[in-house]
Amino acid sequence: MQIDLRTVSIKPQRNTFDHLARRFGDKPASRYQEGSYDIQATENLHYRPTWDPDQQIYDASITKIVMKDWYALKDPRQYYYNTYTVARARQQETAEANFSFVESRGLADMLPAEMKEIALRVLVPLRHAAWGANMNNSFICGYGYAAIFTQACMFHAMDNLGIAQYLSRLGLLLGDTEGLNEGKQAWLESDVWQPLRRYVEDCLVVRDPFELFVAQNVALDGLLYPLVYGRVVDGFLSANGASSIAMLTQFMNDWFGETQKWIDAVLKTVAAESEDNRALLREWAGKWGARAAAALLPIVQQALEGNADEAVGEEMAAFKARLAKLGIEI
Amino acid sequence: MDMTVAKKKLGLKEKYKLLTRDLGWEPTYHNKDEVFPYVKYEGIKVHDWEKWEDPFRLTMDAYWKYQAEKERKFYAIIDAHAQNNGHLNITDARYLSALKIFLQAISPGEYCAGKGFARMGREFPGVGTQVACQMQAIDEIRHAQTQIHALSNYNKFYNGFHAFADARDRMWYCTLPRSFFDDAMSAGPFEFMIAIGFSFEYVLTNLLFVPFMSGAAYNGDMATVTFGFSAQSDEARHMTLGLECIKFMLEQDPDNLPIVQNWIDKWFWRGFRLLGVVGTMMDYMLPKRVMSWREAFEIYGIENGGALFKDLARYGIRPPKGWDDAGKALDHMTHQFMLALYQYQFGTAFHSWIPSEEDMAWLSKKYPTTFDKYYRPRWEHIKKLKEAGTPYANMGLAKLCQTCQIPTVFTEPDDPTTLCHREVEYKGETYHFCSDGCQHIFEKEPEKYIQGWLPLAAIFQAPLNGDLGAWMEWVSLADGKDNGDFAGSEDQRNFEAWRNQATSNQ
Amino acid sequence: MSTVFIAFQANEDSRPIVEAILADNPAAVLDEQPAMVKINAEGKLVIRRESIEERVGRPFNLQELQVNLITISGHLDEDDDTFTLAWKN
Repeated sequence: MQIDLRTVSIKPQRNTFDHLARRFGDKPASRYQEGSYDIQATENLHYRPTWDPDQQIYDASITKIVMKDWYALKDPRQYYYNTYTVARARQQETAEANFSFVESRGLADMLPAEMKEIALRVLVPLRHAAWGANMNNSFICGYGYAAIFTQACMFHAMDNLGIAQYLSRLGLLLGDTEGLNEGKQAWLESDVWQPLRRYVEDCLVVRDPFELFVAQNVALDGLLYPLVYGRVVDGFLSANGASSIAMLTQFMNDWFGETQKWIDAVLKTVAAESEDNRALLREWAGKWGARAAAALLPIVQQALEGNADEAVGEEMAAFKARLAKLGIEI
Repeated sequence: MDMTVAKKKLGLKEKYKLLTRDLGWEPTYHNKDEVFPYVKYEGIKVHDWEKWEDPFRLTMDAYWKYQAEKERKFYAIIDAHAQNNGHLNITDARYLSALKIFLQAISPGEYCAGKGFARMGREFPGVGTQVACQMQAIDEIRHAQTQIHALSNYNKFYNGFHAFADARDRMWYCTLPRSFFDDAMSAGPFEFMIAIGFSFEYVLTNLLFVPFMSGAAYNGDMATVTFGFSAQSDEARHMTLGLECIKFMLEQDPDNLPIVQNWIDKWFWRGFRLLGVVGTMMDYMLPKRVMSWREAFEIYGIENGGALFKDLARYGIRPPKGWDDAGKALDHMTHQFMLALYQYQFGTAFHSWIPSEEDMAWLSKKYPTTFDKYYRPRWEHIKKLKEAGTPYANMGLAKLCQTCQIPTVFTEPDDPTTLCHREVEYKGETYHFCSDGCQHIFEKEPEKYIQGWLPLAAIFQAPLNGDLGAWMEWVSLADGKDNGDFAGSEDQRNFEAWRNQATSNQ
Repeated sequence: MSTVFIAFQANEDSRPIVEAILADNPAAVLDEQPAMVKINAEGKLVIRRESIEERVGRPFNLQELQVNLITISGHLDEDDDTFTLAWKN
């Protein structure tokens, strides 16, 4: 029996779930709130992990950062699975159109040989760095506390994988499978890439999820994206007749701009919580930021040569200014 | 379309290899044991992670594209459902009990599984494995959220949904799924994969999302059908991951066989006990039924599980230890469960009821060897007590099984007239069990299971000290609204009034 | 031989897919349930991209199957042209 129910006006018995009414008052909740707040178990956890009996299954003390309520780490983008996936599907369509534009018009073959070579050398090994970023964000989601923070880290991890795959496609388009092989060789053996690979591998043994958040998402990516996609691709390569490469990395630029809003909001809230938190953030951002800048220098030198020092210096200054605005002086 | 490459047209397998598998490398600045510290202690030997197969080979662009398509469809349907008072389309408000149990007991498990797979996405040292786990991690977040969103509109009109987040941590029957998931989360990475990938995904979700959701469709609940089937489309990937993991472990080293067999034994029984809830929802809480729990288990448990074990026999795997006991329990378990829920209805955030004559006729037909003989007489007795004004209630919970945490209400496998009860002495304490299966699980890891949080004990300790009212407040149970018999409940009254309003001109 | 199966949501997208599967696998048996179509077959079931394309009149990527897929049973092998479910024993 299908009946027309539309016309019935019924008064709801309640506005929302109890846990959301306690947080936000007795009013209808958004889907972001429903899907994100208090959905991780907090009490009466049954067993200690056999992999580390000193921890609890969900344990806010795995990190040195202390928050009275980890659910304070709201994502300004208000991403839950639906809004995240739909946003990325749209960007994916643009990326697909860009790749197909470059492919169908043979633009890769029209690139100046030297520029193509530089693009391959700078960009292709970064697919491995992006894979490292993916593992790190999967870790932060796995061991971080509170769904509101950790779901965004999982989205970030999947983005990191997507970026690694776009970089792989770029490598295939410009240099075929040899392009990928040479990039991997450089990542593993070339002196240019060893400081960065070391940085990434050092991150893989950091087991404080919030320090890892700072090392990967704040320090490394905070410098890498403006330097590589801003200065090298949009600046240097485009100025030298290779602007079609920028079409292939548009996703990365847009992504960096968007995700930075989330990362900054997280940092700002954590720093504002306590002086202890602020001191930890200063220490971590300072330590990892300096290392990231040093690791990125030889990489961008491949394109910017003598101007690389200045570029890194300027981006480091911008990075410091960005953090200072969030209450983190380094 | 996706990831097509102009130079050479790469096939799906080649593309996946280059775009995914080739991203990883052997670390040299730290040794592998430091980078992947949890992968050895369970004793599983792996010689070559490259041998891991992910038959779905999704790259992220395809993942975003197809998942977004699923999401758009899903939210379009639940928006329409909410706007058009779709909740009045359900056959009968009794059906809501199944949804309340779902939200309190199953959805939190989805979130938990997501967290677990994020860990696995980092802890396994192989790109193929990691990516498949990560996709499952984000999918499980999806499932928790789509379920909450689909049921959110029901919460606005009916009781029993409002405190699901509190129930998850405190409610006595929620410790059944909670202990299942906590058990998996506290296990090592390979055991986690058997627990969730095999037991939960392969055995349980087929039953949960296929016949149960088909039942939801039959009962006019488009919101639930939609989240169920939409989630299940991801489960096909998840089941495949669980299956690949078992094959991988068995193919890597013959020493892995006894470890894997032990986990299959354990998690089959854990899963079977958890399934009792789903079975009860199917047999008793769907006003219109597509198939009985027994019939569903025959297809998805016995036939499909049997095919799997026949297939794994080449590695030396035998069907799980509790397989025969499960077979014997099939005709009894849901009836015993529903009788238990009915007698403890003062303490459940959903309604239960005495089955109608029509329900009982259906149960007799579906359970010809047991229902009339053992369970109809008990329901008739309960009905008489109720009619006489002395309704049957059990104000104290039976002993809880230390492993599965269900009250020990099940009978001996070979004697449906005797309650099954097992005891084990461990370090001077006595522990109780509902079955041989649960006792064996305890005996293999006593140090783990003695930690289990038993909700009954908590009721009698400070600060509740046995005060039922204080307990209800603590679990956010609204007495007289959320709990008790469906007959005479506010949900029943409201649903009838609203439906009448919708179907008449009054 | 054990049974393999695949199930889809019963909707307009699934109709040509189900038709193609039934045409390509003479031993397959259709089982219609509320809101769901399930196809069972002894031992093996092969889904072919070309057969679906003939019915939908456009290029079809087998990964699109996932949008309306409900469940599968059997070992899966997928490439650009076929999606195969089989029990080996």
